[in-house]
Amino acid sequence: MSVLIFLDQADGHIKKNSFEAASYGAKLAENLNTSAEGIVLGNVNDDLASLGKYGLKKIHTVKNDALNNFDDEVFTHVIAEAAKNTDAKVIVFSNNFNGKSIAPRLSVRLKAGLVTGAVNLPETANGFIVKKSVFSGKAFANVSIKTEIKIISLNANAYKISEGEGVAEVAELNVEIPQSRVKIKEVNKVTGEIPLAEAELVVSGGRGLKGPENWGIVTDLAKALGAATSCSRPVSDSDWRPHHEHVGQTGLTIAPNLYFAIGISGAIQHLAGVNRSKTIVVINKDSEAPFFKAADYGIVGDAFEVVPKITEAVKKLKGIS
Amino acid sequence: MKILVCISKTPDTTAKIAFTDNNTKFAETGVQFILNPYDEWYALVRAIELKEADPATVLHLINVGGAENDPIIRKALAIGGDEAIRVNSNSHDDFYIASQIAEVARQKNYDLIFTGKETIDYNGSSIGGMVAELLNLPFISLATKFSLEGNTATVEREIEGGEEVDVVNLPAVVSCQKGMAEQRIPNMRGIMSARTKPLKVVEPVQADTFTEIASFELPPAKAGVKLIPADQPEELVRLLHEEAKVI
Repeated sequence: MSVLIFLDQADGHIKKNSFEAASYGAKLAENLNTSAEGIVLGNVNDDLASLGKYGLKKIHTVKNDALNNFDDEVFTHVIAEAAKNTDAKVIVFSNNFNGKSIAPRLSVRLKAGLVTGAVNLPETANGFIVKKSVFSGKAFANVSIKTEIKIISLNANAYKISEGEGVAEVAELNVEIPQSRVKIKEVNKVTGEIPLAEAELVVSGGRGLKGPENWGIVTDLAKALGAATSCSRPVSDSDWRPHHEHVGQTGLTIAPNLYFAIGISGAIQHLAGVNRSKTIVVINKDSEAPFFKAADYGIVGDAFEVVPKITEAVKKLKGIS
Repeated sequence: MKILVCISKTPDTTAKIAFTDNNTKFAETGVQFILNPYDEWYALVRAIELKEADPATVLHLINVGGAENDPIIRKALAIGGDEAIRVNSNSHDDFYIASQIAEVARQKNYDLIFTGKETIDYNGSSIGGMVAELLNLPFISLATKFSLEGNTATVEREIEGGEEVDVVNLPAVVSCQKGMAEQRIPNMRGIMSARTKPLKVVEPVQADTFTEIASFELPPAKAGVKLIPADQPEELVRLLHEEAKVI
């Protein structure tokens, strides 16, 4: 019996979301008196044994060039085999693009109930109840999974990474790789940026910045903080910023520790994408901007004057001159 | 070409979220319902564009829900589509719903099934992948662009850390998001014709339910914003460091 955690990789490295999933899965395994095991697909350059520090006892790897690119059907097949092999009772994914693609398929294949967007460890004292985010971050649902095998996909930044001592056993798993039915014609990776979905700090700009030429104050602050940048819908719709930076109801949903909103009024559709952020700072010259109602800290003032001063103060705090 | 678009009814994006019956049911009183934006703006409109490009295309809509969903289904038909099928069930279980859609799809042999990337109420993002698995079809999630040449689709999609262009032979299931198409407002002709388009109601087939919503809860209310004078940005940084402990 095991809790099996799918560890996502990108370009040969395990992703941060997966450390959260591993920490979550390890704690869950402890609560269920079983062992936490990870599965890694494709060729990875990281030292997998060191993933033991998140509480994983064993890492199963399936090394095959065909697994370096993502394919939900192929991945589902391999993970299903690993689940049988390890007698997995719970399978944990990150609720990211890949997780959203594989978990539903695996749910059907293993007849395993799925809860996506989990924000907390399941209650296992009486049944198996997982708390998940619903209504685009405006509420939570406690969902009972009734099947013998359960699948959980964990929201980004919802569970704190916990590191301890420990070395995982690494073992190669022999699985036949099925033929993919989807041909990948082109892959464009965004490199050199902090991926928005997993960023802990995010600085975001809105229409109040008046034009793409003024984005320097946003990127300067982000750089000083070590934050990712994002924007509101009108900004990406006007092509001031690339569309993958758009957060909100129709864009990306994020939940960083700190969300800095500059010149964004805070329409409800925007809030739906960011309201799970732990701390929200709003800088807006309009004191009536609805965003202040959802904020933890706010400054009513001209962003062009205030933000560079915040950047200076951050640099001072961090000892960057 | 036969296309099926899966549509859902959701509360309006600005709806107040509250619960009744000891926090086990969404409080619907006074709430305005809409067609789930991802289903409407992206999946449905892109399917309509495909039909406009090839008028021989048959375009069906499917919804799993009760009779109270009919006005929303009619609204979808006003935007486009030849007919709608409603599977008469109020289940919230993703597997049960996907099983109903798969059953209808099995009988009608669609070449292409579109879903929105998720609904804005339960945020499950599971139906597309489940339907694909139930029908043993390829699934392309989170598509931002879709084009068709004969029986071969070229799809741009988001993956972890970037974008990818995939080529797949139909039949296939695709979940749609921003980029696929632009929102359309139904015109008067569409609204009139929607009244006479077939809306077939079928009873659900037997299927398992894997999950059940035990209760809902609202997040704790925010303490309220702490305003810092515009001439004291250092104070904001100090609070973020010492009080919120996020930097």
